Amino acid sequence: MSAEIMVADASKVFGSGDAGVAALQDVTATVPEGQFLCLLGPSGCGKSTLLNAIAGFTPLTAGHITIGGTPVSGPGPDRGMVFQEYALFPWMSVEDNVRFGLDIKGVPRAEAGVTVDRITATLGLSDFRKRFPKDLSGGMRQRVAIARILALDPPVMLMDEPFGALDALTRRTLQDELLRIWAEYRKTVIFVTHSIEEAIYLADRILVMTYRPGRLKRDVMVDMPRPRDTASAEFNAIKRELAGLVMAEQQRFTDAELHAPAVD
Amino acid sequence: MRASSLRGAIVPVGLLVLWEILSRVGVFSPIVLPPPTAVAAKWFSGLLPGLPYDPDTQSYLGWLFSGEMPHDMVSSLSRVVSGFVIGAGLAVPVGLVLGTNDRLYDLFNPLLQVLRPIPPIAYIPLAIVWFGLGNPPALFLIALGTFFPVLVNTIAGVRQVDSIYIRAARNLGAGSWTMFRRVILPAASPFVLAGMRIGIGTAFIVVIVAEMIAVSDGLGYRILEAREYMWSDKIIGGMLTIGVLGLIIDGAMSRLNDHLLRWHRGLER
Repeated sequence: MSAEIMVADASKVFGSGDAGVAALQDVTATVPEGQFLCLLGPSGCGKSTLLNAIAGFTPLTAGHITIGGTPVSGPGPDRGMVFQEYALFPWMSVEDNVRFGLDIKGVPRAEAGVTVDRITATLGLSDFRKRFPKDLSGGMRQRVAIARILALDPPVMLMDEPFGALDALTRRTLQDELLRIWAEYRKTVIFVTHSIEEAIYLADRILVMTYRPGRLKRDVMVDMPRPRDTASAEFNAIKRELAGLVMAEQQRFTDAELHAPAVD
Repeated sequence: MRASSLRGAIVPVGLLVLWEILSRVGVFSPIVLPPPTAVAAKWFSGLLPGLPYDPDTQSYLGWLFSGEMPHDMVSSLSRVVSGFVIGAGLAVPVGLVLGTNDRLYDLFNPLLQVLRPIPPIAYIPLAIVWFGLGNPPALFLIALGTFFPVLVNTIAGVRQVDSIYIRAARNLGAGSWTMFRRVILPAASPFVLAGMRIGIGTAFIVVIVAEMIAVSDGLGYRILEAREYMWSDKIIGGMLTIGVLGLIIDGAMSRLNDHLLRWHRGLER
């Protein structure tokens, strides 16, 4: 199954009439199979809305999205989602969380066990399999969340600011881990972030989005070889360019917030 | 630790000694306030079998528990348990349905809010009219005392399930039955169990009152019977037994909660 993602004239308005908020407006993009794409922008730029639309959680007001030619009509295990809030099931142990999707799919117990063994080992979770999420650090929880979707081997991974709540060092470790997994499994990844550096460090391609209504502002290819040196001149040149674009949108966000505190 | 528990014993022991002295010197009559030693003696006599052991008609264990107090404890406890099982057994499914179905919730919630604050004890006259005397009205009242706390908590538990769990489960492909059984039910369980703990506490209050009016055994009946004869030592002994039994029930419930909710963040130690 091809995992090319096509977004065509996607628009989303929350609410209606004068109170309606245009979160997304006429976004068109094609993400080739295997690409690591970052959606970058300030709060309110519609990046999460777009991700949720691709995930099938948020129906579009206009336009459409297809995955490998099939239109998105609802959430599904072919598009594994990692949430910033981890969203692990706290009543399930680590291995039960990882096995959950396989149970739903009806994978036989023994076969599921093999998959769980392999995936937990891949993410360095083998010693934590019987633990409950409450006993894990944020970084470990996010590893479990990645393992949980990886167990279903989805062609597409959707990540909504997954490392936003982690400290800088844990964040870097998990970024490297994600790149390793992406290189090994060749998933199409759509990764939402508001960190310019994170986007440049991870992505093949960065879509910068505008503050409300969310539109595509710039489509940037990042051709640097990995692992990328965040201190290199090339890295910083891209960073400077993107910072100018993103901060202009951030300014619009700040102005809107100051002048209309009742919105949102 | 030991020093603090010793310090904690000073006030109760001091009061017992003071009470003993005041009763012995005749400040209180034995009917108003019998001395603690008399209460203890009466309590132990109630605990012991009334008749000598007769191997022909009973087993040794049966004889050992044939005293009046063990019999009353078993009667009260079995009423609490049966009433609780009936009440919670009805409340949990109804709560799950009302919690997951918004339309039914809107339909039934106002009625629920009107009925909920009526204390189960206020149903006593009606319970007697409907069920006569004996165990049926007692069980009805106990089940009623359990029903509302469990129902209200179950509904709240289902309705407060964090939408992030629902989204994560849908993303992993969960259908509605899996969603209910493996996400909504466990996510609501801390609320349901909290409701059960309140419910069994209410059931225990109600059983004592119900036994005072409708039946002729059990701890509630026994202390009311003792009042007829002005046996204050037996009344106080019975009250202490009720207290100990309540403590055991609540302790067991709390241990069960801790075990079932060992995954829960609120229970981190």
